[in-house]
Amino acid sequence: MMRNTKIIIFLFLLFYPFKSFSLVEVDITRGNLNPLPIAVSPLFSNPESESQLENILKIKNLGQEISVVVENNLKKTGLFNPLSKDAFLQKPDVAHFKPRFEDWALIKSQALITGKVSLIDEKLRVEFRLWDVLAGREMLALAFTTVPKNWRRVGHIITDKVYERLTGEKGYFDTRIIYVSEEGPKTKRIKKLAIMDQDGFNTKYLTLGNELVLTPRFNPTNQMVTYLSYFKNLPRVYLLDIETGIQEVVGDFPGMTFAPRFSPNGKKIIMSFAKDGNSDIYTMDLENRIVERITNHPSIDTSPSYSPDGQYITFNSDRSGYQQIYIMKNDGTKVKRISFGNGLYGTPVWSPRGDLIAFTKLHKGKFYIGVMRTDGKGERLLTENYYQEAPSWSPNGRVLVFYRETKSNDKGEGFSAKLWSIDLTGYNERLVETETDGSDPSWSSLLSN
Amino acid sequence: MNLSRIYRNAILVLLMSLVLTACATKKTTTTGAQMQGDVYTGTDTVKYLADGVPDRVFFATNESVLTTRSRETLRKQAGWLRQNPSINIVVEGHADERGTREYNLALGERRANAAKDYLMTYGVSSDRISVISYGKERPVDSGSNPLSWSKNRRSVTVKAN
Repeated sequence: MMRNTKIIIFLFLLFYPFKSFSLVEVDITRGNLNPLPIAVSPLFSNPESESQLENILKIKNLGQEISVVVENNLKKTGLFNPLSKDAFLQKPDVAHFKPRFEDWALIKSQALITGKVSLIDEKLRVEFRLWDVLAGREMLALAFTTVPKNWRRVGHIITDKVYERLTGEKGYFDTRIIYVSEEGPKTKRIKKLAIMDQDGFNTKYLTLGNELVLTPRFNPTNQMVTYLSYFKNLPRVYLLDIETGIQEVVGDFPGMTFAPRFSPNGKKIIMSFAKDGNSDIYTMDLENRIVERITNHPSIDTSPSYSPDGQYITFNSDRSGYQQIYIMKNDGTKVKRISFGNGLYGTPVWSPRGDLIAFTKLHKGKFYIGVMRTDGKGERLLTENYYQEAPSWSPNGRVLVFYRETKSNDKGEGFSAKLWSIDLTGYNERLVETETDGSDPSWSSLLSN
Repeated sequence: MNLSRIYRNAILVLLMSLVLTACATKKTTTTGAQMQGDVYTGTDTVKYLADGVPDRVFFATNESVLTTRSRETLRKQAGWLRQNPSINIVVEGHADERGTREYNLALGERRANAAKDYLMTYGVSSDRISVISYGKERPVDSGSNPLSWSKNRRSVTVKAN
């Protein structure tokens, strides 16, 4: 449950969608070379609501803007092809009431989204409908009420509902990405924690850049973040409450703690603790502050990540002589190496579905983002580049976000760090727009369900 | 100078790739001469704690083993520290940019401790030495080439007071 009432979105069902035999469906299990043509009609509003909303938000034609949010989300999935609004024949209000399906079929649209925006008691009310153009019927109809400033989130929630209806899987649009914003020359990089909507809007900076910060990760409710900070030149794992801005150091370790992540129930933090040249994996219970040692090996053990049921941990170790990926029980027993391919393996992250582990691989001077099954079999490399690492899963386990650095010349020019995303299929690689350079992205879970 | 076979091959590969990418520079040969294996042996970035006491040692890729030359440098540092008992130090461990961030943090810590342990062996008390790892976060050379990386794989002894 969201604690923040400001961003609660009430959800009403207008009409419960029939279990209809729809003609429109999208298969997301393979790279999609024929994205589904979809028309996203501007959401209409009456002149009164429109002018009131314009007063409040300083945005003209909010219905149009929300439809653009939906359109861009759909387009970036690579599964949908939103058609140009210039070709639309029917007016938004008429279409929302009862589409003339022939008009939409004429422009080769297979699905249609229509909607209405109004302001009622100072609340923004948005209703939308998804139509199956070929079958000539409604597939989904929902309405949301929220404060007007949450209008972009309404666009994301609409996308989630449409995506779920058409693909059969949960969406990942009403989500945020926390990352490290980077500026300045490579030798004196200034890094800040930044958070944004998954589409790059509403960026907020959570630290000022006075100290080096790295590897932020959300807790399961997206209210807390754990990360590494060099505050007072003592690299330690910290906890940050996003709403209050309160930060605290996690545990009183006599050395560097790093590579933190939350357990799936959010009650523990798992991390590495380095002392006397040896890094091992520890957990700390956030309620009673009890620290447990999970690995005890003279090699480097780092980058731990829990399985979604919390029973297992995957981690990175060089105990074989080189960086490889291992799994073990959550108490540190039954350690088993799972990566056996050529090259070095790092940053294992367990998929939210539980079936795959995403990783970074370094082989012959190239960096790859890939996935393997949890028994180490079925390795698939999704993307190759000069430097890229640190994948993080979308909450539905279909997309990975990671960061990529470019090569610099001898003077250090040409360097950049950017966030990218790629589908599990290995298709649909995209730059994730950020205000500054960025690295260490971590994807939130769905903010609303 | 006596070039090893690996070293000659490395130069060949480097030359070939430079030719292939059509961006050959005249610096190639001097670049090679500043490394032994892939450990940096030049003095470009080196500062001095005192006359003849270099502040840093360099490591091979993914390694934290001290080379003969590194041990020589650290013995000089230890000698200087014994003569200046009021000075405390921080040993900073660093990695190059060709590794994952979290592993590099651990690797930097391992390198800094390799230097610390050696200083302790030569009579510097452990309570005078603190270590910090910066992983790949604070390169001294911002280039993306083997020579730049070799300068960045280092541990640096810095006065703490």
